[in-house]
Amino acid sequence: MSGTSMPLAVKLSFAFIACFVLIALFGELLSPHGYRDTSLLHRLLPPSFAGGDSQYLLGTDAKGRDLLVRLSIGARITLIVAIVGTLIGAVLGSLLGILAAARRGAVETVIVAAIDVQASLPIIVVALFVLAMFDNSFTLFLLLIGLTGWEVYGRLMRGATLSAKEHGYVIAVRALGASPVRIYLGHILPNIVNIALVQFTINLPLTVLLETALSFLGLGVQPPLTSLGQIMNEGRDRLLTAWWLTAFPGATIFLLALSISLVGDWLRDILDPTLRSES
Amino acid sequence: MTSYVLLKLGRAAVTLLITVTLVFLFIRFSGDPAAALAPPDAPQEVIDQYAKAMGLDRPLWQQYAGYIGGILQGDFGYSIHTGKPALTLFAERLPATLRLGGTALLIALVSGVLLGTVAALNRRTPLDQFVMALSVFAFAMPNFLFGLILILTGALVFNTYLGGASNAGSWTAVLPPAITLGLAAMGSFARFTRSSLLETVNKPFMRAAEARGVPFRRRLVRHAAPNAAIPLVTLIGLSLGALIAGSVVTEQVFAWPGVGQLLVRSVATRDIATVQFIVFAVAFTMVVANFTVDMLYLVIDPRIRAK
Repeated sequence: MSGTSMPLAVKLSFAFIACFVLIALFGELLSPHGYRDTSLLHRLLPPSFAGGDSQYLLGTDAKGRDLLVRLSIGARITLIVAIVGTLIGAVLGSLLGILAAARRGAVETVIVAAIDVQASLPIIVVALFVLAMFDNSFTLFLLLIGLTGWEVYGRLMRGATLSAKEHGYVIAVRALGASPVRIYLGHILPNIVNIALVQFTINLPLTVLLETALSFLGLGVQPPLTSLGQIMNEGRDRLLTAWWLTAFPGATIFLLALSISLVGDWLRDILDPTLRSES
Repeated sequence: MTSYVLLKLGRAAVTLLITVTLVFLFIRFSGDPAAALAPPDAPQEVIDQYAKAMGLDRPLWQQYAGYIGGILQGDFGYSIHTGKPALTLFAERLPATLRLGGTALLIALVSGVLLGTVAALNRRTPLDQFVMALSVFAFAMPNFLFGLILILTGALVFNTYLGGASNAGSWTAVLPPAITLGLAAMGSFARFTRSSLLETVNKPFMRAAEARGVPFRRRLVRHAAPNAAIPLVTLIGLSLGALIAGSVVTEQVFAWPGVGQLLVRSVATRDIATVQFIVFAVAFTMVVANFTVDMLYLVIDPRIRAK
């Protein structure tokens, strides 16, 4: 990719992601209100630029809470869930995939069967089943989101490890007496980790969309915590009268998923030249 | 070829069995399964009777055998909510979901393949770039947001409510939710068709056909399309999972009276029997779909038949 400059869309995406992270981290400072502060006198105020109160830059919701602060907290939760969730899936799936390829035999059979089962159940259905059985907590929700796509990492890394095992360098380090842990995590993993990184960039926007979808259904992040999906859910009954309650979180989710995908596509070209979006 | 079919069939059966087993273990170890599966307002005697019928006093493996036996006889427990069998509730909702999902898949497939083909044939032109941008847009657009935008547009521009419940019977009512549901799949079909076609047209047999003087249209339809379609079949199988997942949200947004809405409602009311049955039904659908894809390979890819 050297020689060509970063495309404009990717630059804009980086800029949006940077803004998003900044607002997620420091958005509270832009407003004197807390994200749980209600005010019956200031319910459903439009954004200040659309004739609202200058105290509330992006307006207020049905309980008179400042939308800007809620968006900031929601963005923070969405960011945490997306990154931690994607990481859990990546690490779990990759390790299981490598383990399956390393041990073969019964271990591999069990892991491959688990991958098959997961592949036959969309993660949102699994998440809903578990949420029907247990009280929703943030930790449980995070773990469920963490299951997103682990089976894809498992499949990819198992295949990559199997083919790496045949390479000369592996045979060499094995002949030198390296322990299995050293062979697989010290030598093979660094050689195939690009595959997992590429998958990570595909999964991250999917995790954002899953988290916001579950929260939108009222089955994700629970009050008093909030997330972008939950804010949209609260605003969906007021599409016409209080458009800002859905427009701001909705646009944020869309732009975030879009930016991450664009950056991901671009990174993929760099990390894996064989995948060049040429074809 | 027989061993291929048997292998795939065995894998499908094992996958289903594991799913059922996991659900059993999960329900068994997270509270009182008798109370969860018994009809609502059941007096203690009935729950005890259920516990006895389920054999909660027996060793775990006997309970498991009884559970599997019940499933094989079509006993999936009763909804706490309505007192009806979970199977009946599901069956009532299924037609609406099939109509929605089928329409969405059809829209996604037709428009996705068309867009992808157009992009591949006009590679590196603005048209190609437009299609690629559209597919990224479709991927990143949350379906609940797109659904709300459609509903808002319908209300403001056409002065009509596009939500489903009241007019689910009419032919056009299915279109807004189906477009919402099919959008993401359309994007991936377009992208995939494009790359698959581009890869195929560069293969030696395509150049050979050109050298033999086969006309362009025939090269595209008879030579390139069948080869490019092989990976697309896999993608259709994979996208089914995304469609099922998406229908949960889409049905909620459009108040579409399907299985997805039933699932969300059942989870909110902790209607374990119904949730359990929907999990089985989804797993069954996916396993059957994957098996069908594997069998389709036999038809469209002679290389597998030869093995």
